Amino acid sequence: MSGFVSAPWPWYVAGPAIGLFVPALLIVGNRLFGVSGSLRNLCSAILPSRLDYFRYDWRRAGLWNLIFVGGILVGGFLAAQWGAPQHVAISEQTRLALARMGIHDFTGLAPREVFSWSALLTLKGFVSIVLGGFLVGFGTAYAAGCTSGHAISGLADLQLPSLIAVVGFFAGGLIATHFLLPLFL
Amino acid sequence: MSTPPATDQRSPIPHREPTGYTLPAYLLLGVCFGIALTKSEVLSWFRIQEMFRFQSPRMYETIASAVAVAAASVALIRRLGLTTVSGEPIAIPPKSLGSGVRYAVGGTIFGLGWALTGACPGPLFALVGNGVTVMIVAVVSALGGTWLYGLLRPRLPH
Repeated sequence: MSGFVSAPWPWYVAGPAIGLFVPALLIVGNRLFGVSGSLRNLCSAILPSRLDYFRYDWRRAGLWNLIFVGGILVGGFLAAQWGAPQHVAISEQTRLALARMGIHDFTGLAPREVFSWSALLTLKGFVSIVLGGFLVGFGTAYAAGCTSGHAISGLADLQLPSLIAVVGFFAGGLIATHFLLPLFL
Repeated sequence: MSTPPATDQRSPIPHREPTGYTLPAYLLLGVCFGIALTKSEVLSWFRIQEMFRFQSPRMYETIASAVAVAAASVALIRRLGLTTVSGEPIAIPPKSLGSGVRYAVGGTIFGLGWALTGACPGPLFALVGNGVTVMIVAVVSALGGTWLYGLLRPRLPH
């Protein structure tokens, strides 16, 4: 049992656990599992705007989502307290490929030489964090959903728009991984 | 050029006020989801790289089993005609397809960002909780991206 708390979960525990948030949110309040809507709700709540896209009652439509996202942050914090320092056991092939691109620190959840405050204003830090974050925000708003809303909720409900979006997710991810990362890492 | 349909699936505002007891339930579910994102390692840049390089089945197994469990649950909810805890019928609104451009292009743009940050929106928040505090900057930048979409929306194909 202590292993379950401190060690990473195998995929057959992790995947079904993630899938169960879909029925849980439906049963609690008819809410569709999704995270990127929180970005729109946050914009609507904190950036006064005359843009139609942000003019709606965010408390009624999205307060639940902002609370859910606040919970995600707390959950990440709690999980970090229980577990041993995370060392993600990626495949040797991936490790070698990343090392060839100049990644040397394989401790933690993301390489500190890219994802740290001291790296933020380097080219690789800026592109990964600032440009990457911007594309996440723009892309999920345009596509009206992210991995949770489309890849999990949408595919589980057999919705064609979600399938198109997921194909797009992977097209973009493959382009960035194989053509963009080697340019700046 | 026709204007995009007003039926953005996020736009229809549900006619329900959040009730007193459901808000703590969303908080609790969010906490559980943050733990699941961490223990599943789907929030790790390393795992995302491994996935986009097809060097381990782990991420695919995780996502596929999540979809399978979610799909079976939705089918079961429909078959049993389950309601929410407050007795409302459960309904998943269909997403409007439109021309499909928004899903293909928006999805691809998000995919670029997913591989660059190594995180989709849920993991961005979970990473901040995990102590990768620089991801606060990625969240702020994502808000900027969302805002720019709101600005350009009338001129983009949907």
